[in-house]
Amino acid sequence: MSTLDGKTPAGPIKDKWTSYKDKVNLVNPANKRNIDVIVVGTGLAGGSAAATLAEQGYNVKAFCYQDSPRRAHSIAAQGGINAAKNYQGDGDSIYRLFYDTVKGGDYRSREANVHRLAEVSTNIIDQCVAQGVPFARDYGGLLDNRSFGGVLVSRTFYAKGQTGQQLLLGAYSAMNRQIARGKIQMFNRHEMLDIVVIDGKARGIIARNLVTGEIERHSAHAVVLGTGGYGNVFYLSTNAMGSNVTAGWKAHKRGAYFANPCYTQIHPTCIPRSGDYQSKLTLMSESLRNDGRIWVPAKKEDAQAIRDGQLKPTEIKEEDRDYYLERRYPAFGNLVPRDVASRAAKERCDEGYGVNATGEAVYLDFAAAIIRYGKEQATIKGENDASEARIKELGKEIVKAKYGNLFDMYKQIAADNPYETPMMIYPAVHYTMGGIWVDYNLMTTIPGCYAIGEANFSDHGANRLGASALMQGLADGYFVLPYTIGDYLSSDIRTGKISTDSNEFEEAEKNVRERIEKLVSNKGTQSVDYYHRKLGNIMWNKCGMARTEKGLKEAIQEITELRNDFWKNVSVPGGANELNQELEKAGRVADFLELGELFAKDALDRNESCGGHFREEYVEKSGEQQGEALRDDKNFAYVAAWEYTGVPSEAKLHKEQLEFNDIELKQRSYK
Amino acid sequence: MKLNLKVWRQQGPQEKGRMVDYQIDGISEHMSFLEMMDVLNQKLIGSGEEPIAFDHDCREGICGSCSMFINGEAHGPVKGTTTCQLHMRSFKDGDTIYIEPFRANAFPVIKDLVIDRSAFDRIQHSGGYISVNTSGNTQDANATPIAKEHADLAMDAATCIGCGACVATCKNSSAMLFVGAKISQYALLPQGQVEAKDRAQNMVAQMDAEGFGNCTNTGACEVECPKGISLTNIARMNREFLGGSLTK
Ligand SMILES: Cc1cc2nc3c(=O)[nH]c(=O)nc-3n(C[C@H](O)[C@H](O)[C@H](O)COP(=O)(O)OP(=O)(O)OC[C@H]3O[C@@H](n4cnc5c(N)ncnc54)[C@H](O)[C@@H]3O)c2cc1C
Ligand code: SF4
Ligand code: FES
Repeated sequence: MSTLDGKTPAGPIKDKWTSYKDKVNLVNPANKRNIDVIVVGTGLAGGSAAATLAEQGYNVKAFCYQDSPRRAHSIAAQGGINAAKNYQGDGDSIYRLFYDTVKGGDYRSREANVHRLAEVSTNIIDQCVAQGVPFARDYGGLLDNRSFGGVLVSRTFYAKGQTGQQLLLGAYSAMNRQIARGKIQMFNRHEMLDIVVIDGKARGIIARNLVTGEIERHSAHAVVLGTGGYGNVFYLSTNAMGSNVTAGWKAHKRGAYFANPCYTQIHPTCIPRSGDYQSKLTLMSESLRNDGRIWVPAKKEDAQAIRDGQLKPTEIKEEDRDYYLERRYPAFGNLVPRDVASRAAKERCDEGYGVNATGEAVYLDFAAAIIRYGKEQATIKGENDASEARIKELGKEIVKAKYGNLFDMYKQIAADNPYETPMMIYPAVHYTMGGIWVDYNLMTTIPGCYAIGEANFSDHGANRLGASALMQGLADGYFVLPYTIGDYLSSDIRTGKISTDSNEFEEAEKNVRERIEKLVSNKGTQSVDYYHRKLGNIMWNKCGMARTEKGLKEAIQEITELRNDFWKNVSVPGGANELNQELEKAGRVADFLELGELFAKDALDRNESCGGHFREEYVEKSGEQQGEALRDDKNFAYVAAWEYTGVPSEAKLHKEQLEFNDIELKQRSYK
Repeated sequence: MKLNLKVWRQQGPQEKGRMVDYQIDGISEHMSFLEMMDVLNQKLIGSGEEPIAFDHDCREGICGSCSMFINGEAHGPVKGTTTCQLHMRSFKDGDTIYIEPFRANAFPVIKDLVIDRSAFDRIQHSGGYISVNTSGNTQDANATPIAKEHADLAMDAATCIGCGACVATCKNSSAMLFVGAKISQYALLPQGQVEAKDRAQNMVAQMDAEGFGNCTNTGACEVECPKGISLTNIARMNREFLGGSLTK
């Protein structure tokens, strides 16, 4: 085991980024024209990076597996994006956003990165408004905000329930401008299948044209991975169907360390699964917790009666309901952070209070909010003796204006009307805090290979706060990487074009071809989905919301066996030289089958509970915090960065010690 | 439930396609339409056949990938719904369902139900942006208040997911609703006004170059648009376009 240097600049935390920018090496505009950068991924991180690097003058080649950059998974983000603007005058500041994020991450993130993120957060909102992103506004024409979990201020900017869509379309529009200028060459329906390292530096990628099946070589002076998270290792998650770890995993196998793979966010408010055919899970935005109250019946008999269809939630009297978050966490109530809310839901359901047929659901109820808003509106309108029906009607209008599209989505999927009866929700895999290890420059352990957005590990520690992923993606792409990459490229101005004729390209291409050949010629008996579902089951049951030493050891064993079986018995119909969606899936699942093993290993190694990583052995045994997660700062205040050695679970551990100079390490209390 | 499916199969862009019959059983009303397709594909794989290719990603009605023409309607029978959000409860036991790709000259078929919609991207390249660099010192986001009414209208236009249902539905394969929505979003915001006229000119020119047809005001696009993009966006585009061509 060795230690890793995060390359954080010296000086007080408030000045680090400013003085870094003042001193960083720049590339002059004429030289930028001779430098090529590959950006894989066109989500918020990759899209914003590609556009900005092209604006600066680099020649950018951008890749995505969808048919258009606009369809990257970022499009699905609903609730909002944080920024320390303090437009509400409620005491927000850069320091407070920094503090909330470090605390929310359960003190497992790198302080200097988080502070930088909070600093540039305000620029993001300015930039997006200038691009024409139609954020929600109040009647005075100024920007509106809402609150998200784990904080006491209102700093979340939003565009209805489609914030990710609007921000991504903003980044896409900035890309379009550069595509039109010829500064970005866009490769849609292309999948990166390997990274090429020459003389220790990232110099290109091997990509497959998903329409023709052609294997292509692309060279560049640097390679940026903005390829998103790996939540789909669980099979069922809120991620898009194609979200994958392939790009990151290939980089890992070529020398990029993979950090904290076990830090996964299980989001508390998702629509529960309805059957075995389920292909994905749908998130109900956290913003709903601003107004929705979460509860289960206080009596087991009532829960049973509901499950049997003999009782309706609306028939349960107020005193027979258990608003368990408000009960357990009076200070934050329904707005506790995600990991806390998810575990609390699981705890109630495990105890037998779950409310749908599978016993895995709790209620999210808007009845009280509808009455509250209705009364407020009646007063504003001077209707002092409004009937209860009128109050409800007025209240529903407000709720509809705030959450209409989410309610519609719920109605479509669950065939139930959340204006009249509470929603049913349950936690689901949503986001991965872990990812490729990067230093302060966002560079991986392969020189010249960068990782940004959800693909890297850096800013959210062991738990991410709501509305912070969009912030991080755009911060990395618009405002951080464009500086830090220049520092590296400034020494590359005399290199000239990188040839794709080298042995390294040859070898990488050969590997890719052999693997594809193996998959299509295997002609086994089981489909790719069969393996993906099995892997998902192992991950959910043994590496999910609650983990144990025994379960994790079993998981490693089972995943290894499943992977061996996959390579023996998988069946991939169709050929290699055509559009072949089964082949695409097969490659992704093969990589998940390796990542899953490292994931379990990482979780096994971390003998503490922190954020999204909850080990049943490590809980508070008594006192006010009884049952809450027990962190071990003495032994585990480090980033676990794994080096690939051939077998995923035999990866070599490198530790980056986390230092907290500006924030005192405390037990996270939301009581 | 049990269903008879008639699905468009086409091996490649140059090959001829045809409708193929499939019988499928054991479909639950809670399944989404694409989950029903998954079940069919698993069955095909099990019997050594090639599964049906179709585009999809988010399965939440927001990425605009999915694009099936179901029983003669883009995204199927339910209004305001993408294919991925359609549920089997909209069908009955014993139904026959026709499943085809979105069809338009500007959207050639790649394979089975997968089409090439890159024409939409090229229209956006021709002007679907505001020319502002990422400098970190654009003016404060609240420096220019925007009337809520305009902000909300811009947002309504901006919710277009670029799926192409409007084109597939239109008897002329017109892309006016899609282009009108983008032009409107920017025209409604002060930031977008500087370039508004050129934008309208350039995007309309590119739209024509891609081979999309003319708008004859049948309004079919508005009916089938899963995001409720309104025809008023076409009117606004025409105003911007005329304003543009008069002063040019
Ligand atoms: C339903 C949902 C709601 C959310 N809501 C919020 C929210 O309200 N606020 C918030 O802050 N966060 C939210 N998040 C989280 C946030 O959306 C994501 O973390 C973030 O958008 C990730 O952005 P990204 O740019 O890193 O990656 P992505 O948007 O996932 O983009 C990945 C890109 O990489 C490409 N790619 C991947 N692999 C390859 C490959 N091998 N070859 C070529 N290209 C590849 C893809 O094509 C895509 O373009 C939400 C997430 C979900 C699932
Ligand atoms: S206008 Fe409607 S139908 Fe047309 S592309 Fe946009 S969302 Fe799809
Ligand atoms: S799959 Fe994304 S809109 Fe249907």
